[in-house]
Amino acid sequence: MKVLVTVAEVGTVEEDFEIDGTAIDERYLEYDLNEWDDYAVEEAVQLAEEGMADEVVTVTVGPERSEETIRMALAKGADRAIRVWDDSLDGLLDVGVKTEILRAVVAEETPDLILTGVQTGDAMFGATGVSLAAAIDYPWAAVVNDLELDDDLAHVHRELEGGVEELTDVETPAVLTIQTGINEPRYASLRGIRQAQSKEIAVEDLASLGLDGIESDLRLTRMYEPEVESTATVFEGSAEDTAVQLAGVLREKGVGAQ
Amino acid sequence: MSGVLAIAEHRRGELRDVSDELIGAGRELADDLGEELHVAVISGQVEEFARTLSREGVDVVHTVTDGAEFNHDVYTQVTDALAAELDPTVVLLPNSVNGLDYGPAVAARLDRPLVTDVIDAEIDGDTLTATREMYGSKVETTVEVDAERTVVMIRGGEWPGASASGDAEVREAEIEIDESAVHTTVTGFEEVGGGDVDIGDAEVLVSVGRGIEEEENIELVEELADALDATLSASRPIVDSGWLPKNRQVGQSGKTVTPEVYIAIGISGAVQHVAGMKGAETIVAINTDPDAPIFDIADYGIVDDLFDVVPALIGEFEESG
Repeated sequence: MKVLVTVAEVGTVEEDFEIDGTAIDERYLEYDLNEWDDYAVEEAVQLAEEGMADEVVTVTVGPERSEETIRMALAKGADRAIRVWDDSLDGLLDVGVKTEILRAVVAEETPDLILTGVQTGDAMFGATGVSLAAAIDYPWAAVVNDLELDDDLAHVHRELEGGVEELTDVETPAVLTIQTGINEPRYASLRGIRQAQSKEIAVEDLASLGLDGIESDLRLTRMYEPEVESTATVFEGSAEDTAVQLAGVLREKGVGAQ
Repeated sequence: MSGVLAIAEHRRGELRDVSDELIGAGRELADDLGEELHVAVISGQVEEFARTLSREGVDVVHTVTDGAEFNHDVYTQVTDALAAELDPTVVLLPNSVNGLDYGPAVAARLDRPLVTDVIDAEIDGDTLTATREMYGSKVETTVEVDAERTVVMIRGGEWPGASASGDAEVREAEIEIDESAVHTTVTGFEEVGGGDVDIGDAEVLVSVGRGIEEEENIELVEELADALDATLSASRPIVDSGWLPKNRQVGQSGKTVTPEVYIAIGISGAVQHVAGMKGAETIVAINTDPDAPIFDIADYGIVDDLFDVVPALIGEFEESG
């Protein structure tokens, strides 16, 4: 069984930052493996370790910079990687565009199982996995926090709101969007990091996937820091001083009275 | 029709709050268009649901009887068929776990652009403009959609719910489900958590988040909880890391809590967390980042290192206790 995992590199923002037009100024961004995808990679690698998966392949839509992140996924146990990029994709927002690209990759790879993170930490769109499933006509399940596979069914738990999980059986091949907490992602070992250097990252562009002229229907027109409407009383002073002030308020409310 | 089609959400026999909010948002967008608002309810006790959904501002409620509970294959087919028949300018869905389990498929099948997790939206002429957050809610963005027809998914809690009852026409929709295209089967539900403590009952909660950095540091917050005679709870990353059990998790996917005092320590205040604790009577936040969203809803705040403040606070209560 071949497992395809979508791996995104996401920008994380420092505490203080500036906005440049419709993007965060590059000086305040650090790049990292998307948190949800980390869990998806771990789930795939565990399937390989259990003998359920023969090959784990990652696919990333991202510029050359993202190869460092892709190597991290390879160091954690993925076998090989595909990276798709075209400069026209810079500032890409539309899930429809991502779906088109991933559909072309799926057509080449024909995986038996596709795992995606529930969402990315930067765009927070949360839609790629289900959109892809519909486009390639695979069954799917979204927000999966438990997975057991047998021959032709994936038995999953979907994490609903309010501490309720839905138990669902999904026919395979399928696309599953993976929620954090489904497993404990491993740290890449030094050995894994060394081995990752020799693993293949195949680079594709839109032309090589037969996708010339792809366009987004969404345009990001503004980015700004939300107005803070805080009415909080903020205690000032040293840690000791603020602790005394807070303790006073808490005692007034009867905290610690027993 | 070229107005708005909103799909209600229900679970285990009850309409969810976001259904009313969909009506609120749907009416606003329908007013922008000068068109009708249609609401559909799929599966379960649809007649009873339709009576509740017949709110002021709703023109038509469509009922579809298939199935007892949510199944994304059924919801996708029904929404697809209703949208094909009614041709609404906007298909409006909740950005809930179930919404995200079929909304993107509806958009893909209808070949419409999709905007998820929308916190504000308006239509001016032919242009739909949506407001969304990015980077863990650190920034807001506006997104313009270059298409005549869209699928929009709204975040719960951002629109006032419709409350006054109305006199919407109720139409039973006859949509034939292609059973061969149903590839998923819901086999049950499970309550998670349980265990020895119900954080929902606590009057005082000391809640710990990612700022605690290491598992062994949880002990420090436990000490504080003991000193305050409070119950220990946590935000999602702490539970995901396995540092505290699931029954301690506050938030959208964890427990909704309404204690008298909620002390958030090293918690930034992601929207999913806030959804579970904003009903607390008094909220205290301790965080190094003065711009952390938790301060937007806090009543009292300390902008400082929790590793300095928490020991000092423990000292205060241990001395007096």
